This record gives sequence, C-alpha cells and structure tokens, in this order.
Amino acid sequence: MTLVMGAVAYDPKVVTIWGGFRAWLIEHGLPFDFVLYSHYERQVEDLVAGRIDAAWNSPLAWIRARRLAEAADRRLTPLVMRDTDRDLTSVIVVRSDSPYKDVADLKGETVAVGAVDSPQATLIPSSFLAGRGLRPGAEVAIRRFDVGVGLHGDHIGGERDAARALMAGEVAAACMIDANHLLFGREGTLAAGSTRVLAQTAPFDHCNMSVGDTVPEEVMRRFGDLLLSMSYADPQVRPLFDLEGLTVWQPGRTSGYAALETAVDESGFYDGQGAVTAAGYAP
Amino acid sequence: MTPHFLDLGDLGFERGAHLLVQRALGELRPGTELAVTGRDPALLVHLDAWCRKQGHQVRRAGDTDDDVRAWVTRGRTDLDRWARAERAGGPDPGGIVAKPELHWGLAARGALVEPGGPKINADLVDRDFVWADIAPSLYAHAAAAQWDPAKAVHWDAEFSVPAEIEQAVVQVMTFLVENEQAALVIPARLLARVHPHFREVLQLLAVQAADEARHVEVFTRRALLTGGEMGTSSVSGRESLTTLLTEPDFSLASFLLSVLGEGSFLNLLTFLDRHAPDPVTRQVVKLARQDEARHVAFGVAHLQHQSTVDSSLRGRLRNAVEHRHQALIASSGLNQDVFDALVVLAAGEWTPQGIERGYAAVQELQAEMDEGRQHRLVRLGFPHDEAAELSALHTRNFM
Ligand SMILES: [Fe+2]
Ligand SMILES: [Fe+2]
Repeated sequence: MTLVMGAVAYDPKVVTIWGGFRAWLIEHGLPFDFVLYSHYERQVEDLVAGRIDAAWNSPLAWIRARRLAEAADRRLTPLVMRDTDRDLTSVIVVRSDSPYKDVADLKGETVAVGAVDSPQATLIPSSFLAGRGLRPGAEVAIRRFDVGVGLHGDHIGGERDAARALMAGEVAAACMIDANHLLFGREGTLAAGSTRVLAQTAPFDHCNMSVGDTVPEEVMRRFGDLLLSMSYADPQVRPLFDLEGLTVWQPGRTSGYAALETAVDESGFYDGQGAVTAAGYAP
Repeated sequence: MTPHFLDLGDLGFERGAHLLVQRALGELRPGTELAVTGRDPALLVHLDAWCRKQGHQVRRAGDTDDDVRAWVTRGRTDLDRWARAERAGGPDPGGIVAKPELHWGLAARGALVEPGGPKINADLVDRDFVWADIAPSLYAHAAAAQWDPAKAVHWDAEFSVPAEIEQAVVQVMTFLVENEQAALVIPARLLARVHPHFREVLQLLAVQAADEARHVEVFTRRALLTGGEMGTSSVSGRESLTTLLTEPDFSLASFLLSVLGEGSFLNLLTFLDRHAPDPVTRQVVKLARQDEARHVAFGVAHLQHQSTVDSSLRGRLRNAVEHRHQALIASSGLNQDVFDALVVLAAGEWTPQGIERGYAAVQELQAEMDEGRQHRLVRLGFPHDEAAELSALHTRNFM
C-alpha cells in the first residue's frame, strides 16, 4: 500500500518539504504520498474517516482528531514529532516601561492574542490567564488578530500583529510563543529590550504525525523507523529539516497536550466528541 | 565539578548573546554541559528557544546551583552540518581539479563546502576543455590594461576629413561595432556556462567582454563624431556573425572567434591604424588592437593546451571551419560598402591613382590576414598545406 499523508499548506515551502520527504521515503523503500489541505479541520475529518492514512497535525488538530476518533471508536497513533515540538512555552509580554509587575496587574486591561485557533498565541495563553483569575472577556479584554484562520497558528502573522499592537500602545500585553518573542526582538518588530516577559506558561508540546488505524502495524512501524533514522548529517535531508525546523525526529508523545486540552474545553473550541463548537470559527 | 561556565553579563539574545553561547559550546564535545548565567530578564526564555532550534538541550538551574541560571547540554547539529563537508579544490591554480562537482556551485575555489544544495547550471566542467595555464597571467595583464574610453581617446582633437572619406570611416566603424557586438556576446555566453571553479577563465572572459563593450563604445562614438548617423549593415555580414553565435562547443567557438576571427581583426585594425585619416580613428583602433591581441593569445593558448590532451581536436577544428564555410556558401560574404570604404580609406583621395593604391592595399590586407591565420593554424599543429586550405575557407567577412 501507499501510505498517504495529509499536510496543511500554510506556506509554499510545504510542497518542497513534503516533496523532499516523499522522495527520500520512496528511495528508502516506503511507498509514500501526500495531499495538501488548506486548513486543519478538513484534514482531521479525512483522517478520521480513513480517507488519508496519516496527517501532519497541529496540536489542536491532534486534539480534535483524537476526540473524533474516540467517538467513532477508531484509534490514532501520535507516531513521531519534531525535537522542536517538545517543551515549548508561551509568554505574556508587556512593554518594559509599563507598570505591570504580575499577571494580576492586567486586570481590566486588554491583551492581544493571535488567531482564534492558535494554540500558542491564543488558546493556551487565554487558559493560562483564566487560571490566574483573569477570565477572557470578564477580567481581561481580549484583542484577537485573526490571520490565517484554519491554520491553527502556523501562520506567524497573528502573533506579529499582536506584537505590533503592543508596541503601538493599543494593548497592555501580547501573547506569543517563546521563539517568536526572540524572533520579533531580533528582527526589530519588538525593539530589543523594549519588552518584558510578564509570565511564561508551563512547557507544552506542538505538532505530531498522527497515523490512522487504516495503516497496518508493520507499515506504521516502518514509517516511524524511517523518519526516526533521518539524519541531519545527510545532505539530502538537512535542507528539508532546516525548512521544517527540526534537527531530528523523536517518538511521539501525548504528555504535552494537557494544557491545550483544558484550553479547548474552557473556550468551547471543540466539544468532547470533536465537533467544532467555537463561535465564529469558519476556516 | 564543571569547568565550563559562561557569564553573559547584561547581554541578551536580542542583542547577540547567541554568539557567545555558540562559541562556548563550540569548544565542548556533544553531551557536555555548559553552565550559563547572565542578568538579562528574558535570558531563560530566549536561551530555551534558541537552543531548541539549534539542537541543544537546556535545563534550568536548581536552587543549589550558585550563580548558574541554566545548563546547556551541547548537541551535535552544527557538527552534523559539516560532517561530510569537503574542500572545493585549492585556491591556487594548482588546486584546480579535473572535474569540479556541480554542487560546489558558486563556492570559492578552496572553500569548505557544505554538501548538498543546488547544482550549478554549468556544462563546461572539464579542466581539459576550459582551462589554459596562461589564463591567470593573461587575466592579470588584461585587468592592468583596462583603459577609460573617456580619457584614453582625445575626442575633442581638431581634424578635418573630406566628407567622402569621413563617410568611409563611418561605414568601417559601423561594421566594427557589429563585429564587436558578436565578440561581446560570445564570451559572455560562454562565461555563464563555465564552472566557476575555473574562476580565472571566467575572469578572463569577463574582462574580454568588458574590452568588447569598450570597443563597441569607442567605435560608435567615432562613427557619430561628425555627422551623427551610422552606416549600413548587410545581411551577409550578420549571417557570417550569426554562425559564430550558434557554435555551442567552447573550443570551437573560441577557435572560430578568437583564433580565426579576432586574428584577422588584428590585421584589419593595423590596416586602419596605418590609413586612419584622423587622430581619433587612429587612437580607437590602436586601443582596440591591444585588447584583441590578448583575446587571440588566450584562444591560441587554450587550444594548444587542449590539443595536447585531445588528439581529436584538430579534426574537430577542421570540421568547424568547413561547416561554417558550408553554412555561408550562399552568402556574399563581406558587405560591399565595407570593402569599398576600406579602399577609399587606403586611397585617401578620389583619384584613379589613389583608388588603385587603395585597392591594392586592401588586397594586401587580405593576404596578410590569410598569412596570419595560417601562422596560427600551424601553431595549433596543422601542417602547412592544411593550414593554407583551412585559412582559405574562412569567411570573407573577416570575423
Ligand atoms: Fe573587440
Ligand atoms: Fe576581441
């Protein structure tokens, strides 16, 4: 069988990346192909319906896929993830010269977040704030920057717009993933030293390769072993790893998704069976 | 217990802290820990994010770790990137390899090249086909001999030339420009096909193209100096030059253009120097002639080198001449206006005696060109009779 994987085309480089991986996997004896989706929701639905065998899933897509699969009595395996998908954090950032010393000081203020479906810039930070007694829409106002809705935050635009709003003084704080705070500082979106990290979430995990139960055990193992064997020292692999932002594949794990599960429940983004329940979310 | 310690002071990752971390880790073996401290408030957030991307592990320091904020375990991503790197030959001509790798691409010769990456779109990749030992010194000589058209020619020199002689000058200049444009395009096209590993050859071709660019300029400027109008361009002249443009083989193109064409051009420029009716014409042809002599020298040297490694070369050169001759057999050859203009220039006056003298001079020019071509063919190893035969097949368009 040819293992068919879905990937979301959040950027043209996705074609280069998965075209390259496809060639490499075929060269190493695994019949592999991929199809592209314009957003994660259809990809997840197709995975659970068995129309594709695997999906390169955002953490939010994983959560929905898992819920849908469990409701349908199907089984999904988080086969591998990137080394860079593990133990990420989000930060809540304020201007250095602002008076806020603690998250609680944001009470009554406006906080900028990313797109409605961004785990790192919206869902997890909102849940984090709620956990500190600042419920979005109640104790704090939320200003959302909906760029690339349906891409589950893969598009950096929402986070960057949130950062700009912070600089422009339109909001008291902005939420973003730790690496983007560094990136924005280095690229000048946030002038170096002009912001302060007010709070940092606990570590959480990001994407994984979700494999459906249409795939025979044997094929799944082979797929996983091949991915795990890819080496950064291989000149064919390295440019693909650089594009996809990893240095090695690691075994998948689900231990890093609890915070997002909670956030999804709190915000009512999906229901327990994986139906989309978020208000106004139309990818 | 740990001797590896880095204090970043106030420096944060938004201001280059990664350089110090990278340097400190560079001295360690993979798996070794580096203790990091510093006062930047975002240090831990950014250290985490940076290390994650670079394949290093971070753990935050515990309460007992005095003056340490985090421990970084060195990964091996940076080492893996260069693990299979190789030198792209050596920087000096002695370091040129017989067949450079296409993926070395635009890398400097002798650079340490990360493997992988795009292959350069070059098809002239064989040392024996593109290299000549004389290239570096010819390039150095050519670079030193560049002249500024604005300064090297006294454009405002006072002179007066009879109108019909001036018309002959304009016609000859128009013809020269046409030839120079062919001579500009051909090395420029070849240049883009040569593997940059043979950088001295690229440099030489580039300077050659720059030479031709100046020739185009000064001949155009001389043509327009008095009347402001160019002369004629015949189909036969352009046909002849087009056959040069279509030759895809580096050696054959260089043979037809440099050895035979520019070789004949040398005689033409000498002729024009001798019969120039004014100082500006004399200066521009003299300047162009110096450059052309180098172009011919490289062409001859390159083919001499090649004939030592490729015994089939002379046969292919012969075929190229015959092939071009066949292609041009239905063409009348030289633009009659050009031929007539050369006669008038050598005559210097419109009298029967003058024209007779001019006509004889042009015939002598053609004999000199023939002699020169034969001489260069003999230098490439052709026997005398074959050299004479091939020279006779050369285009009547001179170039
Ligand atoms: Fe020239
Ligand atoms: Fe030339």
